[in-house]
Amino acid sequence: MHARAMDNLRFIRETMERAGAFTAVPGLGSIAMGATALFAALIAAEQSGRDAWLAIWLLEAGVAFGAGFWGMVLKARAARMPLLSAAGRKFCLSLAPPLLVCALLTGVLYLHGASDLIPGVWLLLYGTGVVTAGAFSVRVVPVMGLCFMAAGAAALLSPPGWANWYMAAGFGGLHVAFGIVIARRYGG
Amino acid sequence: MARHSTLPKRAGELKPERAPQAAHFDRVIHERVRLAIVSALAVNEALTFIDLKRLIDVTDGNLSVHARKLEDAGYIACTKSFQQRMPKTEYRLTAEGRRALEHYLDHMEALIRATRER
Repeated sequence: MHARAMDNLRFIRETMERAGAFTAVPGLGSIAMGATALFAALIAAEQSGRDAWLAIWLLEAGVAFGAGFWGMVLKARAARMPLLSAAGRKFCLSLAPPLLVCALLTGVLYLHGASDLIPGVWLLLYGTGVVTAGAFSVRVVPVMGLCFMAAGAAALLSPPGWANWYMAAGFGGLHVAFGIVIARRYGG
Repeated sequence: MARHSTLPKRAGELKPERAPQAAHFDRVIHERVRLAIVSALAVNEALTFIDLKRLIDVTDGNLSVHARKLEDAGYIACTKSFQQRMPKTEYRLTAEGRRALEHYLDHMEALIRATRER
């Protein structure tokens, strides 16, 4: 009976994963990430120095990562799926390389005094990661990634003074908007 | 000629008469094709007949029969409409169906726990 019960649970999990609509991307976590980004944007807007501005956004990146991860844990628990189910594993593995490149480029751009390009690069590479990771997820996820990429491209082509508002619109607005859609349609 | 799915074959492994404790299970969900339908709908807002058929890999007739059983039990709701003059059958999991799946999962987990504690 034990083996049969295990087999049944595995069967349910595999069916859910195959059904394709289970996304490890947490809608509520995404809303939380967006909310913290909007808050960070307000604080960052008050900063006159580039270093302080960057420090706030780096801190926000850490907070958002934590919120997103916690959202994934809660969602996986609610769906009784392992955190690193096939869907979650593929998502994380696809998201990681662009984020690592993003971290590397942040350092390089900062050291070369090109900090103005950082917001555009962040939005663009985060969007790239979400698009590639979203290939294994529900359709709304890669769409969100494309919106981030568009915001990143626009930020790179816009005056540096607008960067903070692109960050707010991207990491704040897009996360909240798509988070609501994901939470409502795809189980939290 | 009817196409054979892997699911009904596997369902045979779970026939209640072969499993002494299976009598306690919700028999409506316990069958593999129906379990697959409910599981797929649990993570989708709605799925069409064609989506489900492709996903579960069963024949039209088999899917219809099992979906009807779930409908009769109140676990799924079926809506029929037309999309560009083509009939479209869509299934959704009802609140009762979601509860039934949760109970079934609880039951399976309890069974695993009990066996481990022995």
